[in-house]
Amino acid sequence: MASGGQDAGRKAGRAAGFINNPEVRGVLFQIAFLVVLGWLAYDIIENTARNLQKANIASGFGFLDRTAGFGIVQALIDYNEARSYGRALLVGLLNTLLVAGLGILLATALGFLVGVARLSSNWLVARIATAYVEIIRNIPLLLQLFFWYFAVLRSVPGMREKWSFLGVFHINIGGLHIPRPVFADGAALVGAALLIGILAALIVVRWGRKRLDATGQAPPSGWISLALVVGLPLVVFFLAGRPISFDVPVFNEQGPLLRRGFQAGSGLTVIPEFFGLLIALSIYTAAYIAEVVRAGIRAVNEGQTEAAHSLGLRQGQTLRYVIVPQAMRVIIPPLTNQYLNLTKNSSLAVAVAYPDLVSVGGTVLNQTGQAVEMVSIWMIFYLGLSLLTSYVMNVWNRRVALVER
Amino acid sequence: MSDTAAPASYVREQIIAERPAPPSTVGAVGWARTNLFSSPFNTVLTILAAAFIVWCLVPVIRFTIVDAVWTGDDRAACAQATGACWAYVKAYLPQFIYGRYPIPERWRVDIVFLLLVLMLVPMLIPRVPWKRLNAILLLTAYPLAAFVLLTGGGLGYRGSFLPAEIVAPGPLRFAIEFALVAGAVLLAMGFVSWLTGSPAAQSGSGIAVVIGGLAVVFLVTGFDFGLVPVETSNWGGLLVTLVVAVTGMVASLPLAVGLALGRRSSMPVVRTASIAFIEFWRGVPLITVLFMASVMLPLFLPDGVTFDKLLRALVGVALFEAAYLAEVIRGGLQAIPRGQYEGAMALGLGFWQRMRLVILPQALRLVIPGIVGSFISLFKDTTLVAIIGLFDLLGQIQASANDAKWASPVTGITGYIFAAMVFWAFCFAMSRYAAFTERRLDRGRRR
Repeated sequence: MASGGQDAGRKAGRAAGFINNPEVRGVLFQIAFLVVLGWLAYDIIENTARNLQKANIASGFGFLDRTAGFGIVQALIDYNEARSYGRALLVGLLNTLLVAGLGILLATALGFLVGVARLSSNWLVARIATAYVEIIRNIPLLLQLFFWYFAVLRSVPGMREKWSFLGVFHINIGGLHIPRPVFADGAALVGAALLIGILAALIVVRWGRKRLDATGQAPPSGWISLALVVGLPLVVFFLAGRPISFDVPVFNEQGPLLRRGFQAGSGLTVIPEFFGLLIALSIYTAAYIAEVVRAGIRAVNEGQTEAAHSLGLRQGQTLRYVIVPQAMRVIIPPLTNQYLNLTKNSSLAVAVAYPDLVSVGGTVLNQTGQAVEMVSIWMIFYLGLSLLTSYVMNVWNRRVALVER
Repeated sequence: MSDTAAPASYVREQIIAERPAPPSTVGAVGWARTNLFSSPFNTVLTILAAAFIVWCLVPVIRFTIVDAVWTGDDRAACAQATGACWAYVKAYLPQFIYGRYPIPERWRVDIVFLLLVLMLVPMLIPRVPWKRLNAILLLTAYPLAAFVLLTGGGLGYRGSFLPAEIVAPGPLRFAIEFALVAGAVLLAMGFVSWLTGSPAAQSGSGIAVVIGGLAVVFLVTGFDFGLVPVETSNWGGLLVTLVVAVTGMVASLPLAVGLALGRRSSMPVVRTASIAFIEFWRGVPLITVLFMASVMLPLFLPDGVTFDKLLRALVGVALFEAAYLAEVIRGGLQAIPRGQYEGAMALGLGFWQRMRLVILPQALRLVIPGIVGSFISLFKDTTLVAIIGLFDLLGQIQASANDAKWASPVTGITGYIFAAMVFWAFCFAMSRYAAFTERRLDRGRRR
């Protein structure tokens, strides 16, 4: 940095020293950044307030108490048109959680199956799994959802007919009809027994592990806990006089044409929107989970298998005690990402009118015009869910991370 | 080794010819034995898998090929069909590609597609030279040309802040205003460089390039080429899908680089803002982003400023994609060894020079597969714009399937199969390309 004149040069040099100091520059830059950001935020808030005022929309969450006035085809909690918008949104939220929860279970099961199949030594099986992953991953989820909902689930029999599987599951255009469990008095006892059984089984497993560490002998804790979890509720079930029964869907085949079909209120009806969304989400996410699982298993060094074999562990034991625990460490973080993706993707429900949070919220938005509030409710829910998940993941990661010396 | 006349009888005179491997270990039989029938369990598995394939493939082939209807003029052809109705796809193909773009103007779309292919293909083949020029053209000239060709250009700039008494609203006022703002910026630059005593040439020329570029953009978009304007509400089909996808990619890339650098910045304000931005967009589903873009963006803007529906979706998609891409690029930045940063610093390079000349070229090259992967999901996600009422390829197909002229039990499913094939081809090609670059980059690092 050469400076020309004597005096002016020294002065400029001092100023340059000040401005070229990285710390000063950093502070100046950040102040400028904040000013621009603040001005932007102010402008947006100002515009929004003016636009809302012009549209005569009162901001705030007061609208949640007003009467909703629209029905929802699937409600897990008591709901009717006379309830409030807040209640409607709660119904939507529970529906989101239901489809996401079941979807996660199905996708995990299918994904692990396909992931392991891709590594199978059987050429044909591995090829089928590869084809599955490559086809499903490269087709948009919305298209798959349309396919299942509009093409497949619309080609089932109409309201007056049905297809039956195993005599218990019936499907027609009204949805999937399955027996509904009816809980009489004493059903709570069975539930309590199940809970106690699970707790006892956990204790037994823990004790079994301690015994194994101490003596090298593994007690049959698997069998004991199975007996506890299944047997105990069964015994209580019969002792309490069989308090749980099933309400089987009634299908009228005779009579006038309009009376035929499933009797309303009998059995449990799973609406096709739910069914289609569940299938699409599970199949789509399973392809990604399969890749996660495959990568996780391949990340475990071949030497680990050989070492386990040379220690005398059998194939099953090698998998259980050596491969899977190490693979899980690699698998779980991306797996939770996939769970999060599935939950976020469940918002595609709006395309087939399954009443999830986004779909119900969209109806509320159209009726009230409370765009800012509605969008912020969506954002808070999904954002909260992902932040919570990443927090739990970080805690978990710290616990299982390799401790290197 | 002396040459003795009588060879010892116990030394073999010639090597015995190699005997062929047992027939059960070579050829098709051997392959099948090791890969399909190595154990009873595997044999059962193979039989089950074969049965599964037959069970899946036979109905698919029957539906799409054997029982399919290939010719016909309306729904009568497919009303009784038990297979795919390809005649319907053939009849609607122009709509699937152009939407409701006016038929006499469709050559403009064709040119845009052709230009994309002509610029993209040499970009993707590693051996073709002039990568830098190619990239610059693809990222600057191409979008400009595509914009003018697709919309018709001829935006009437009228200027905004000079009072109407001095200059009447019109292109002239806009030009004067532009010159005033540019002059002010250059003056400010000069003042700062005088204050700090650093030569103004370097940053000044950078600013001048930006101003010149903006001037060209305004000139080209403001010039009336005599093209008929086409409203974006008439766009549709593959055109919208590609416009959303390509704009999302091009617009999100620089934003993502900025966000990734911001997230690794040592300035707490910048870092916090970047983290908040990234986590916010990554935490919410794209569909709520699109809803937000379509219902909330108009609220954010001052009175009288209206946004095209497609443009709103583009803004939403670009911001959403930028957040995901930023994380991919951050991965690349973190993978660059510390020595590179320190080496660049020791050469006396400033922050932007360090990033531009040393860090980013390495980091971006490292994460090309990740970037392509992110683009694949963006390409698939473009279908969601159908939900907010734009007619992309999927939306167009969904709409046409209910058209009374072709409505039949198999129309819808045929349309979905066609859409699936198109999307699959694009995404699979991209993923293969990502795998190819990954291998190519790996080769450089393997010893």
